[in-house]
Amino acid sequence: MSKILVIAEHLHGKLNPATARAVSAAVAVKPEAIDVLVLADNVDAVAAEAAAIEGVSRVLTVARAENAHALAAVLAPQVAKAAGGYSHVFAPSTTFGKDLAPRVAALLGVAQVSDVMSVEGAHAFKRPIYAGNAIVTVEANPAHAVVATIRTASWPAAASGDSKAPVEALALDVALPSHTRFVELQQGSSDRPDLQSASKVVSGGRGVGSKENFEIIYKFADKIGAAVGASRAAVDAGYVPNELQVGQTGKIIAPELYMAIGISGAIQHLTGIKDAGTIVAINKDGEAPIFEVADFGLVGDLFKIVDELEAELS
Amino acid sequence: MKILVGYKRVVDYNVRIQVKPDGTGVVTDGVKLSANPFDDIALEEALRLREKGVATEVVVVGIGPADLTAHLRNGLAMGANRAIHVVTTDAVQPLTAARAFLKLVEKEQPGLVLMGKQAIDDDANQTGQMLAALWDRPQATFASKLEIADGKATVTREVDAGLEVIEAELPAVVTTDLRLNEPRFIKLPDIMKAKSKPIDTIEFDSLGVEAHDHLATTHYAAPAKRSKGVMVKDAAELVAALKQKGLL
Ligand SMILES: Cc1cc2nc3c(=O)[nH]c(=O)nc-3n(C[C@H](O)[C@H](O)[C@H](O)COP(=O)(O)OP(=O)(O)OC[C@H]3O[C@@H](n4cnc5c(N)ncnc54)[C@H](O)[C@@H]3O)c2cc1C
Ligand SMILES: Nc1ncnc2c1ncn2[C@@H]1O[C@H](COP(=O)(O)O)[C@@H](O)[C@H]1O
Repeated sequence: MSKILVIAEHLHGKLNPATARAVSAAVAVKPEAIDVLVLADNVDAVAAEAAAIEGVSRVLTVARAENAHALAAVLAPQVAKAAGGYSHVFAPSTTFGKDLAPRVAALLGVAQVSDVMSVEGAHAFKRPIYAGNAIVTVEANPAHAVVATIRTASWPAAASGDSKAPVEALALDVALPSHTRFVELQQGSSDRPDLQSASKVVSGGRGVGSKENFEIIYKFADKIGAAVGASRAAVDAGYVPNELQVGQTGKIIAPELYMAIGISGAIQHLTGIKDAGTIVAINKDGEAPIFEVADFGLVGDLFKIVDELEAELS
Repeated sequence: MKILVGYKRVVDYNVRIQVKPDGTGVVTDGVKLSANPFDDIALEEALRLREKGVATEVVVVGIGPADLTAHLRNGLAMGANRAIHVVTTDAVQPLTAARAFLKLVEKEQPGLVLMGKQAIDDDANQTGQMLAALWDRPQATFASKLEIADGKATVTREVDAGLEVIEAELPAVVTTDLRLNEPRFIKLPDIMKAKSKPIDTIEFDSLGVEAHDHLATTHYAAPAKRSKGVMVKDAAELVAALKQKGLL
């Protein structure tokens, strides 16, 4: 029988919703137990959130000052140690999980399955390659633990309910390296919905033209309660910060509504939005590839159209 | 300081990959191959560190079949001092690649290993992290800025929350994100010069690396296709359509 350890991702004392998505993937394996591992300096708030996720059997915590920031070099030996007795170790396929999980896998001497889209069996999974242009089924060796990252856009977040899994402190006897140190996190403060979990996203591309012009994207997003995203070209041009990038090397998202405004629809961008419910494209070029995947397309000048959309909604 | 650069050859990023109808793989015959874009960025960064006097030697490393030579010559033409070609006909998975890199690291003793954050064929995003683990050294993934001074690397990392800055003592592994730099173009005279630069060839089997591929790929499929939708004529029609779906 399978026993799965899910690594909790958290920041500033809050559990990242990607963790509950990884729990959903764990549930799909139909294991005997799903334990969530919280590595932090202060574990209580995060552990309480994790304990409320449906399907979680236990929450294991390691409270150490060294765990104040998620440094893979510091966390990996602890995860590898805690992984003893588990058949699977899952982490969300976010920058946190992508950084940490391969380091854990290498310490355990096992291959890693990146970006699990579906579970076909305890050791068989589907995952994307070539920017999502092919989907492969891979089988991991059942003689070893499976280390995997979970493609968050493929999995709903497991519900949080009244369930209260027990929280247990774990004593891990591992020496931690000091060769890697956290300096700072530069984070854009925003009251807008979080790009990765928002139900609506409005994204702007190079067509928006400038940082100043991007205000119209923000304004429209606020009007409909959407998160803001961007293409790589818009980020590279300095219109918006990097954390707004959607696509192969940015965020992979699955909102109910995705509006691409002044975005051509390069494959690397489309990879990030394949799982969106409804895609709307607004572009002055009727031949833009984005129209091939759009549920609703509107050809025209984005500045005029966004104004008109706002007027329609007022 | 010596820098080792992971320099993988992949299907060019402009190629639209087709899955073979029988599900046994993707079509690679006659398809354009190029350096992994993230590896060109890694090489560019290494060259800039050498130009700044931080590094003395830049070595590109490719693990792959015999015809990888032309690809490694491109790395040399871009400016690497020499190349190491680990020859194998087998597709090498990240753990195996990391183990092979560890052997080279033990021999070459670099101060820094630069790799792409991911290879755009397998999209694994693992090798750099795995090497750092096996080597028991720091890792700084998804770098968009790199400074080397006083025996340490200060790296700005593109993370989901924004930009994270960490310090890593050298030697270390750094993996590159797209905004780290813009790789230079290769000039004709450099192609000529590259012809006389050395490429060390090492048989994979002679490295003594355990090469069990722990993951078996059993099937390839094309992704589910999104059906083409409808074109609306104006903003009013769009709003009406989205309201009808309950999205506005
Ligand atoms: C390895 C690799 C990884 C990458 N990863 C990503 C990624 O994660 N995310 C990503 O987005 N890209 C990524 N890219 C880049 C990608 O290939 C494209 O270059 C990028 O997505 C283009 O952004 P864009 O659509 O905004 O710009 P463009 O392709 O320049 O398109 C701009 C569009 O705006 C339209 N437009 C201009 N003015 C107006 C107007 N007034 N009104 C209406 N429409 C207008 C134009 O018709 C055009 O279609 C990656 C590339 C590589 C090589
Ligand atoms: N066969 C290889 N030859 C050279 N470098 C490689 C090879 N495989 C992986 N790498 C390096 O590891 C990085 C990440 O690859 P991956 O983990 O497969 O996504 C690549 O960008 C390369 O720098």
